[in-house]
Amino acid sequence: MINIENLHKRFNKNVVLSGIDLNIDQGGIFAILGPNGSGKTTLIKSILGMVIPNKGLISVLGQNIKKDSTYRKEIDYLPQIANFPNNLKVKELLKMIKDLREDESEDEHLIELFQLEPFLNKKLATLSGGTKQKVNIVLTFMFDSPLIILDEPTTGLDPNSLIQLKGLINTAKAEGKTILITSHIMSFVEEVSDEIVFLLEGKIYFKGSIEELKKRTEQSDFEHAIASILKRNNA
Amino acid sequence: MLKILKYSFYDLMRSRWSYVYFAFYLVLGIVLLFLNSDLSKAVISLMNVIIILVPLIGTVFGVMYYYNSKEFTELLLAQPLKRSTIFLGQYLGVALSLSMSLILGLGIPFIFYGLMKSNVIWDFSLLLITGTFLTFIFTALAFNIALSNENRIKGFGYAILLWLFLAVIYDGLFLMSLILFEDYPLDRLSLIGSMLNPIDLSRTLILLKLDISALLGYTGAVFKRFFGTNFGLLISFVILLLWVVLPVLRIVFKAKRKDF
Repeated sequence: MINIENLHKRFNKNVVLSGIDLNIDQGGIFAILGPNGSGKTTLIKSILGMVIPNKGLISVLGQNIKKDSTYRKEIDYLPQIANFPNNLKVKELLKMIKDLREDESEDEHLIELFQLEPFLNKKLATLSGGTKQKVNIVLTFMFDSPLIILDEPTTGLDPNSLIQLKGLINTAKAEGKTILITSHIMSFVEEVSDEIVFLLEGKIYFKGSIEELKKRTEQSDFEHAIASILKRNNA
Repeated sequence: MLKILKYSFYDLMRSRWSYVYFAFYLVLGIVLLFLNSDLSKAVISLMNVIIILVPLIGTVFGVMYYYNSKEFTELLLAQPLKRSTIFLGQYLGVALSLSMSLILGLGIPFIFYGLMKSNVIWDFSLLLITGTFLTFIFTALAFNIALSNENRIKGFGYAILLWLFLAVIYDGLFLMSLILFEDYPLDRLSLIGSMLNPIDLSRTLILLKLDISALLGYTGAVFKRFFGTNFGLLISFVILLLWVVLPVLRIVFKAKRKDF
């Protein structure tokens, strides 16, 4: 699925990623965790080709991402902050993305799920943060791609939508898809993820299941296990 | 790329500024025709406005559009599209919609005035062609500046400076150098000097076409000999084309290496 070798990235003098090796072969839900500024978003954006690495190799579905852009057809991406062209209506945005992807989509079902019908004819600039995030989720899940990348998907969602989102994630997992998630909500991560990738100072500090993490840090609780890593490393 | 172009174009067509720009040229065309009641004089007055204003609008619009559509760009970057496709599409969207405002805004009043039957139609076409060139050139330069500057204020500042330099300061420096070296033969220098700046080149082209090269002073004769020929005209258009192509190539080059 995703194969990353020796990935380095710095922005001017600020080193963000320094030698990431990551291999994800099977389906399932992978949570990318780490303190603020540990390079989670940079890692995700490197996979998407939005950030150009200084060094290293990334391949998605066996295809080197440097060579061409078609691999992004196999990725559904939910960006961290839902920023959309402000003078478009929700309906027009959906239509535009469908037009650009030229892919089968099941947006109607998702619009119903998140109760977005009353907003379809509203401009994106007038929507609240939570509603924008719902539109964002619809845009992400309306295509049937084997790889889903979610950057802070829970931001601004009400409890009901959060339940729907978890449902969508679990359905995707049951279909054998690979899902990458970053989140600061530890309870959400603990609930949905199969495996943790913990980034610290631009390197992978830990990769494995939640149980292994608890064992290694000698903590019985996931949140405390994470906190103890941070404390130990003064991060 | 056509799809991106289409969406950028629609996006701009929907914004108020395209209409303001279009309406401005419409009013300008009508007013000039009424005041001059002479097509060829109206064309000269128009030239003076176009030569300064078109680059300014192209620069400001280009920078503004780039920064304003940042979200749109980021959304597109996660789609299976090439970067060059995205940025060239946006660039062409801006440049085409500006050119359309210019051509329609000026064209409509002139056609109603009876341009088709008059013999200044070629001068007028040349005016619109150079106007379109200037739009493409300065929008491309603006995109270059915006791509290289994350900070909007800086980007705007550099864009305005660039316009000021090419539209005003360059002429000043050029003139000063002519005065400074007046003891030497300067015809070749002044010829090259005015070809390197797209604004000067456009102005010279139009002035010579209008056959008022006497306005150009003592180098006028040299200019006329060069630009008056088909070869000179061809070289001028090649240089204008280069002014479009080189910045566009840099857009593609820069866009491929930028982090978002």
